[in-house]
Amino acid sequence: MSEPEDSAEYEARLRKWEATSLKDALKALPERRKEFVTTSSRPVKRLYTPLDLRGKSHDERLGNPGEFPFTRGVHPTMYRGRLWTMRMFAGYGSADDTNRRFKYLIAHGETGLSVAFDMPTLYGYDTDAPEAKGEFGTCGVAVSSLEDMEILFRDIDPGQVSTSMTINAPADVTWAMYLGMAERRGVPLTQLRGTIQNDILKEYEAQKEWIYPPEASMRLVVDTFQFGAKSVPQWNTISISGYHIREAGATAGQELAFTLANGMEYVRWGMNRGLKVDDFAPRLSFFFNAHNDLFEEIAKYRAARRIWAREMRDTFGAKKPRSWLLRTHAQTAGVSLTAQQPEINIVRTTVQALAAILGGAQSLHTNSYDEAYQVPNEKAVRIALRTQQILAHESGVANTVDPLGGSYYLEALTDELEEEAYRYFDRIQEFGGVIASIRKGFIQQEIANSAYRYQREIEVKERTIVGVNDFVVDEQPEVEPLRVSEASLRGQLERLKRIRRSRDKTKWERALDALRKACEDEDTNTMPRILDAVRARATLGEVCDVMRRVFGVWEEPLLY
Amino acid sequence: MPKKIRVLVAKPGLDGHDRGAKVIARALRDAGMEVIYTGLRQTPEDIVEAAIQEDVDAIGLSCLSGAHMTLFPEVVKLLKKRKAGDIVVVGGGIIPEEDISKLKKAGIKNVFGPGTPLHDIVSFFQKSAQAKGE
Repeated sequence: MSEPEDSAEYEARLRKWEATSLKDALKALPERRKEFVTTSSRPVKRLYTPLDLRGKSHDERLGNPGEFPFTRGVHPTMYRGRLWTMRMFAGYGSADDTNRRFKYLIAHGETGLSVAFDMPTLYGYDTDAPEAKGEFGTCGVAVSSLEDMEILFRDIDPGQVSTSMTINAPADVTWAMYLGMAERRGVPLTQLRGTIQNDILKEYEAQKEWIYPPEASMRLVVDTFQFGAKSVPQWNTISISGYHIREAGATAGQELAFTLANGMEYVRWGMNRGLKVDDFAPRLSFFFNAHNDLFEEIAKYRAARRIWAREMRDTFGAKKPRSWLLRTHAQTAGVSLTAQQPEINIVRTTVQALAAILGGAQSLHTNSYDEAYQVPNEKAVRIALRTQQILAHESGVANTVDPLGGSYYLEALTDELEEEAYRYFDRIQEFGGVIASIRKGFIQQEIANSAYRYQREIEVKERTIVGVNDFVVDEQPEVEPLRVSEASLRGQLERLKRIRRSRDKTKWERALDALRKACEDEDTNTMPRILDAVRARATLGEVCDVMRRVFGVWEEPLLY
Repeated sequence: MPKKIRVLVAKPGLDGHDRGAKVIARALRDAGMEVIYTGLRQTPEDIVEAAIQEDVDAIGLSCLSGAHMTLFPEVVKLLKKRKAGDIVVVGGGIIPEEDISKLKKAGIKNVFGPGTPLHDIVSFFQKSAQAKGE
C-alpha cells in the first residue's frame, strides 16, 4: 500500500481519536472480551488503519489480478469471465450408486465431477480383501477395477467433463483406470481434463491414507508428473492439499505453511529427476480448506498465491507465468459441522463458501448439513450446491475482482500469515526438510497440539460453538439416513470374481511382472506399466500388492 | 494412592481420521489416566491383544469411516472370548443415531458423537473404571 502523504498527520489524528472518542466509548461500554482472536487463536486488534500497511509497496504485495504476485487472483477478470467450478465431492456404495449421484448432481447444475473413494480403495485394497471388512462404500465409492471405473462414468463423457479424484497412495492406479476407461471410449488422453489428488506428503502429516514409505511414494508421484506432462497434458497430476491438514486440527497459518512446504518439496523432487520446472509446474494444483473465520481464510488464500508465485519464480527459477500460479480448489470445513441442530450447518457452510470465493478459489465443494452423521443424502447435497449458486448468482460477490483487496485488516492478516509460513519453512528446514520433519513427527505434533488447544477452548467456553456449548436445545436431530445396500456389496463381490475368472491369465501375469520390474528399477517410469496392468484387468489390490512387496509399507511415529 | 486407570485408545479398521482419538487420548492423560494409543489400522484382534497385554480397564474405539457396526461389536466379542469381558468398551465417531442403541446392545458401554464435551467422556471413563474395580 502506498504511504499516504500525510501519514504523520493521520497518525496524530488517530492518537487523538484514541485519547478522546475511543477512551470515552470504552468507559461507557467496555469491550466484550479482553482479547479477540481468530478461529486459529491469532490475536485481532481493535482497528486496522493505513498505519498497518505503512512502508509496504502496493505493487510488490498486491499487483494486479492475473499478474505477479497474484495476490488479487490468478485471472485478470476472475469470476466476471467464468464462475468457479462447482464441484461436489461425491461417492458411496458401488460404482452404480455413485454414477446415479453424479447424474443427479449434473442435473442440478454442478459443473465438474469429484470422486470420493471408500477406505479400502484409498488404501489400495479390493472390496473382497480381508482388510476391507465392513468398509465397503461407507465413505466413498469402491473402485477395484477398470470395469468399476467404466460403470462409474456410464453416460458421462470423459472428453467433456473435468474429473477430480480424491485419492493419494494408489492415485497412479486409479488414474490409470480412468485413462483406460477413456481409451476404451475412444477419447484421446490429450483431451482429458481433471485432477488426481496424489499428495502423499499430507497423508503422512494429516489424512493418514498412506501405503508405501515416503521416498518410494515420492518417486511414484514424480512418475505421474513425468507421464502426465508428456501424455495427458491437460491433467493436474497433483492437488497439493492443506484441506486435510486443517481438518486434522492445524491452524490457518499451519495449513498454509505445511501445504506450501509440501508443494516446494514436490518441485524439488521433480527437478531432481531432471524434469524442467516449467514442464510440470503448470500442472501442480492446490486444495485449501475454507473454515469459519471469514477474513483469516480469505487472507490465507491470498498469502498462498503470493508465496507460491515468489518461490516458483525466484527460488525455483520458473520462467512461465503459468508456473507461478497457485490455482486452488476449496472445500468448506467438514470439521466445523455439528451433529447438534444440523440444519444450522447450512449457515456455516455459506459463510465458509463466501470466504473461498472472496479468497479467489477456482473450484469449490460445499459440505452438506448432515455430514456429522453420514455421507450426505440427496436433499442435503442439493442444498449445499444451491448455496454456491446463491452466492454466485444472487449475492453479487462475483461481480468484481478481489472486492476486499486493500482492506487494512485483510492486508495486514495476509502479511501476518505469510510471515508465519516463512517461520515454519525455516523450522522445517532445521529438521532437514519435509520428509525428515514427518519422520520425526514434528508436523504431526504441531497439528495435534493445535487440535487439542482448539478443543480445550471449546471445553472452557473461551470459544463459542453455536448449538454445542451455547444456544443448546434439547431435541433429537432429524436426519434422513443414507445406507449402503447389501445388494451393492454383493454385486461388487460378484463382479470381482467374474473379472478374476474371465481375464487372460497369461497377459495379466506378464503385466504384473513387468510392473514389478519397473518398480525395482528407479529409472523406469511406473505409469505405463500400471496402465498395462490395468488394461490386462489387474485389480487395484493386485497392482498395489506388487508395489507393497517391492516398496514395503510405512509405519508412522506414534504420538498424540 | 489408588491405582491409575489404564485406557487403550485405538482406531479400528482403515479409517485415518485420528484427530478425535488423539484429542481424547490427551484429555484422558491430562485427567491422570495411563493412556496407551495404538495408532491407526488396528484389527479387532490387534486391539484385544494389546488391551490384554497392557492390562487396561477400558478401551476407547474411534471410527469415522462408517465401519463401526462391523468393528466395534467384534472387539467386544473377542474380549469375551479371551475372558476379558470386564474391560469396558466405549466408542466414538461419526455414528448415526439409530446405530447407537444397536451398538449398546452389542456390549459397547457408551457411544460419543461429535460435539460431546471432553469432560463427559473423561468422567464416563472414570466412573466405569471405578465400577469395574468394585
